[in-house]
Amino acid sequence: MKARVLIRPKEGILDPQGKAVERALPALGFEDVSHVRVGRIIELETEDPGEIPALCEKLLANPLIEDFEIETIE
Amino acid sequence: MIWGVVQFPGSCDERDALAAAGLVGEARMLWHADDDLDGIDAVVVPGGFSYGDYLRAGALARFSRLMEALAAFAQQGGPVLGICNGFQVLCEAGLLPGALLTNEDIRFVCRQVEVVVESNRSPFTAGLEPGERLSIPVKHQQGRFFAPDDVLDELESCDQVALRYAAGHNPNGSVRDIAGVTNEAGNVLGLMPHPEHAVDELTGSVDGLRLFKAAAAALA
Repeated sequence: MKARVLIRPKEGILDPQGKAVERALPALGFEDVSHVRVGRIIELETEDPGEIPALCEKLLANPLIEDFEIETIE
Repeated sequence: MIWGVVQFPGSCDERDALAAAGLVGEARMLWHADDDLDGIDAVVVPGGFSYGDYLRAGALARFSRLMEALAAFAQQGGPVLGICNGFQVLCEAGLLPGALLTNEDIRFVCRQVEVVVESNRSPFTAGLEPGERLSIPVKHQQGRFFAPDDVLDELESCDQVALRYAAGHNPNGSVRDIAGVTNEAGNVLGLMPHPEHAVDELTGSVDGLRLFKAAAAALA
């Protein structure tokens, strides 16, 4: 099975990358964008989809600072 | 006493750490894939970019073979000093509380900072007076210490905050100006500043050497 894991900074945690992107947008004429948050996507294939939450918590994300969502692709 | 300095692929401060530890004892390099800490009295997990900081700083180094032996060593009360990337590794490994995030202003920061000793419970700060100021350099992009408020309250009430940046010296936006924390028992210390780079008058400060000396004295 293919899955996609979306990882993002937890709500309330300052995300300097998101801020930097947000500050750059007006220079390009995009004036109405706010609350930009930068995370990452990890794609993987596994024979045992039941393991995905555990491997997210143990390695792919740091639950202290990041939230994750698992999306099944096929 | 015998110091061990862990070398991961991507470490870059292990030789300075080895030299610093060598000023107060015998110092040996430990390869990350070894599993033997026999005869080692204290361990330094040095700075750098272990495993290229892939995924998150410290996230992959914690799975090195030596880390299992290090966890057992720490569990038995062995003194462990995590510096910069070493601090990140120890947090990821669960040997220290909290996490290190990208600096508030996103930039890599490299400068001398003043830190204040908060607690002398760890062997590396034993003998230092709470309130004393140390001048030690920082150099990092992911050094913003973070933990949720309830965890921070607990760290403070359990005397686990070892070092704080002096007023006006917080280089990265760390919560409550925290520069270094210990585990509950106090034998594991992680800090973002680099004491191994402050051991010679030639580079401006010898305050870093005091942490190595303190541990040597505590173990004597």
